Amino acid sequence: MSPPDRLERFTPVERFAHRSTAALALVLLGTGLVLYLPSLSLLVGRRPLLEAVHVVAGLLLPLPVLLALATPSFRADLGALNRFSPADWAWLRRRDRRTSGLLVGKFNAGQKLAAAAFGAGGVVLLGTGLMLLLPTQLRLPDGLRQGATVVHDSATLALLALLVGHARLAYLHPEARRAMRTGSMDVDYARREHGDWATGP
Amino acid sequence: MDVTSADPGPGTPVGRRVFLGLVGFGAAAVALGGPVSRGLSRVQGSLAAHDRTGLSALIPGGGWRYYTVTGSFPSRSADAYRLRIGGLVRTPTTLDLPGLAAQPRTEIVRDFQCVTGWRVPKVRWSGVRLSALLDAAGVLPNATAVEFRSFDGVYTESLTLEQARRSDVLVVDTLEGKPIPREHGGPVRMLVAPMYGYKSTKWLSEIRLVPKLRPGYWEQYGYAQNGWVGRSNGRSDVPT
Repeated sequence: MSPPDRLERFTPVERFAHRSTAALALVLLGTGLVLYLPSLSLLVGRRPLLEAVHVVAGLLLPLPVLLALATPSFRADLGALNRFSPADWAWLRRRDRRTSGLLVGKFNAGQKLAAAAFGAGGVVLLGTGLMLLLPTQLRLPDGLRQGATVVHDSATLALLALLVGHARLAYLHPEARRAMRTGSMDVDYARREHGDWATGP
Repeated sequence: MDVTSADPGPGTPVGRRVFLGLVGFGAAAVALGGPVSRGLSRVQGSLAAHDRTGLSALIPGGGWRYYTVTGSFPSRSADAYRLRIGGLVRTPTTLDLPGLAAQPRTEIVRDFQCVTGWRVPKVRWSGVRLSALLDAAGVLPNATAVEFRSFDGVYTESLTLEQARRSDVLVVDTLEGKPIPREHGGPVRMLVAPMYGYKSTKWLSEIRLVPKLRPGYWEQYGYAQNGWVGRSNGRSDVPT
């Protein structure tokens, strides 16, 4: 139980899923960039090892989320991330979004869009990654193989930009970061940023 | 608050739409891979031409991809480099870089096509025609094929003697007017211009005349021996 001035926000399973997905994403990004950029390849070498690590981390990537899906709290959070309320649209539109007293739910509109983009990015990277891993077994025509290559590369860069923004916002909002680390959030912060959730039933 | 009963509440399922929309966009881009990739290639190619930082390598789809069949990119300094020409020849020869550069030179500009799909337009190479090196060494009458070896210690390739004598088969030592960088197979590599990239041995260390054609490294994994661009490996690229 959290002390009275803190609100329960994320379960241990959710925090584990977040942390292990983040670790896998960093491994994938590191190995992927070395394999992709000639200047880094020349510095590091060891391509077969890097390839193996990249492939294993990629295959493991969906597991934390699939595990969390077995818990009702994670499914409830996904439901909350999915739905846009009128306050969410206003949050996206207004420049004074953080001071205007909008009654935002457990997640704000930016978090909802980021979640959707991260999810889609993961699916696209996993799908194209499998196509690149098994082109002959899947009997892929050249066009698709070429398409999978260019989409895998482009989606990586898009997701990298998203990750940088994600880390920047986490840095700017220590209380939101603390909630993902400890599971609970300061009540005052929650009332300010997630009014509808903090004062909810 | 009881998170387990959180009501998704009212509102439109925007999250799902964004998710499915992005996944659909990715799938469509995969299906349109060829054109998308060619477009990006052009963009990247024109940027890379004016790029001194190497950052244009970050742009997807464009330009070269670097392969090696060993753990890392092999390295040999310009001073230490030697090219052996041997096997069924009258005078086995060893050339260093200045010795190779002193031969009658020729330049060629061709698209470079990889069997995995990427293509780099109008690449400018210069070097020495393989036929000139073969003539200088004196091919013995019982030779029918040429083998190429790489100083990576693993890679091999081969051509029939007739293919090897084509005027667009070169031993090259410059790329776009500069010494060939290590990742491109420098200091010296083959350029078999009308065939897929795997026929052009990188990090070339030896040319051997042999009595009988033997398949090279990738041919043992099913690639075509006669790797003409557009007429082999089940592909339909425009010939280079």
